[in-house]
Amino acid sequence: MSGLLDVTTIKRDFPIFNRTIRDGQRLIYLDSGATSHKPKIVLDAERDFYENHNSAVHRGAHQLAEEATELFEEARLEVARFLNSDGSEIVFTKNATESLNLLAYSFSNSSKNSRFHLNPGDRIVVTEMEHHANLIPWQQLAARTGAELTWLPVTTDGRLDLSSIDSIINAKTKIVAITHQSNVLGTINPIKEIVAAARNVGALFILDACQSVPHFKVDVKDLDIDFLAFSGHKAVGPTGVGTLWGRAELLNEMEPFLTGGSMIESVTMSSATFAEAPQRFEAGVPNMAQAVGLGAAIRYLNGIGMENIHNHEVALTKYALDKLQSIPGLKIIGPTEMKNRGAVFSFTMENIHPHDLGQALDQNGIAVRTGHHCAWPLMRVLNVPATTRASLYFYNDYSDIDALISGIYEAKEFFTAPRTKERK
Amino acid sequence: MNLDSLYQEVILDHYKNPLNKKLIPNPIAQVTHLNTSCGDEIILNLHLNGDLVEHITWEGIGCSISQASTSVMSDLLTGKQINEAMSILESFVEVIQSKGKLNGDEEIIGDGVAFAGVSKFPARVKCALIGWMAFKDALSQGLAKK
Ligand SMILES: Cc1ncc(COP(=O)(O)O)c(C=O)c1O
Repeated sequence: MSGLLDVTTIKRDFPIFNRTIRDGQRLIYLDSGATSHKPKIVLDAERDFYENHNSAVHRGAHQLAEEATELFEEARLEVARFLNSDGSEIVFTKNATESLNLLAYSFSNSSKNSRFHLNPGDRIVVTEMEHHANLIPWQQLAARTGAELTWLPVTTDGRLDLSSIDSIINAKTKIVAITHQSNVLGTINPIKEIVAAARNVGALFILDACQSVPHFKVDVKDLDIDFLAFSGHKAVGPTGVGTLWGRAELLNEMEPFLTGGSMIESVTMSSATFAEAPQRFEAGVPNMAQAVGLGAAIRYLNGIGMENIHNHEVALTKYALDKLQSIPGLKIIGPTEMKNRGAVFSFTMENIHPHDLGQALDQNGIAVRTGHHCAWPLMRVLNVPATTRASLYFYNDYSDIDALISGIYEAKEFFTAPRTKERK
Repeated sequence: MNLDSLYQEVILDHYKNPLNKKLIPNPIAQVTHLNTSCGDEIILNLHLNGDLVEHITWEGIGCSISQASTSVMSDLLTGKQINEAMSILESFVEVIQSKGKLNGDEEIIGDGVAFAGVSKFPARVKCALIGWMAFKDALSQGLAKK
């Protein structure tokens, strides 16, 4: 079928699809927004690191240390090329949450005359659709510095309302931190337009790319941003490794966040100077095997092709939107038109609570997420206590969507059928 | 495993027609309990009369398990002596945390036995307990005020 990848072949790369769910049923995994599955070559890369090259990177004077360092740094270059950047601009972290906290804590460690220093009255701008990971670090930074946190609102159809962007991103604004794609709504935000507004007032622009980097080509030069965060585990990589990308000149001006071994230049009993980025931000023995696994993940994604992944997901999105909207009582929470929209579908079902719907789908081997999706403020704005969310990836196909649809119908039948027995 | 064994008729019935779901004002204690993983919320008002649980009334939003379980709790514990209510609560909690090992004694926990199946689903244990924990909390606050 046009635009579609050969999912049957792709699934063979992912060992988890060999298992069955709830008494022998096929696994229908619609929760890749939370975490993706891992192809065998990623697992093999981690195992190979431990079995054949394990050693502390950047430290030993021996062959294993040399090999480990080479693999670790090769993974860094792989990530750098993937984002169209340079190895000196890639910091390995634990996950995107840590990447964003690294920024917020480094900024509050900065000295009075640094460009990262926030004063009372300065502004940090986020959006109402942020994941808690790109909200709370900024709330806390504002609380530590006396800066003011403001946000771009969300419209009822799940888009950013940019009508007052120039008064929100004003001359006081020092930081603009925004998600590329909403993990709840699927909305892909118009980053270039917001970057332009940030540039106008000289603010730093930080992109939460957790839900974009795994799904389509993200080019930091083209977007003209300053920092970007993503998690390896949502991009077929291992858990325990994330990335902070930052412009080299900014990273090298920033204060460290975590301090200790490997991040220093010179040390006396009473003071220390720090290494250049990225080492400055990688204190201690790093997550070596995980970084190597992430490098393998990106090679794998490149092998399939980000353009192909994107086209596949566009086809699935069209199919899913049509099918979901045909179900009576189902309401999509998020954009219903195709433009600038990823394959993430939050919805509510009349008279069925998301937890009950999620449970009913699970009985059919269908994995979805229910709840507030770490975006509680957004749920309040949209006035829904919780939603059910199906989030797709390139190993999903039309049959997965068909299974979801019939699962929803079954649940509807079960929960809303007239009941026979009277209460005693 | 099919849905019927988890969602017993009693549960769906209480979900559709919850008991005591209307707050009576001027309680001795009011508590709000949240399930932070799903955003569900129960507000519970407790009225005591000496050692008697006089009224348990509540409001809230949530899944069928949390709503039905709160309804069953409010029905079962109203009119009981405080220590009796607490021992019923303990029996219910024990069943829900039994990972499918206990069926529960209908003589003690009444319609609460319908929730035994929930204990096999770790993610739903909190749903089944939210109203009961709210009651326990309200009771200790109420007793502290007496
Ligand atoms: C948009 C967005 N930002 C940030 C995060 C946080 O990612 P992690 O938990 O891997 O740090 C997530 C993950 O759910 C996300 O979807």
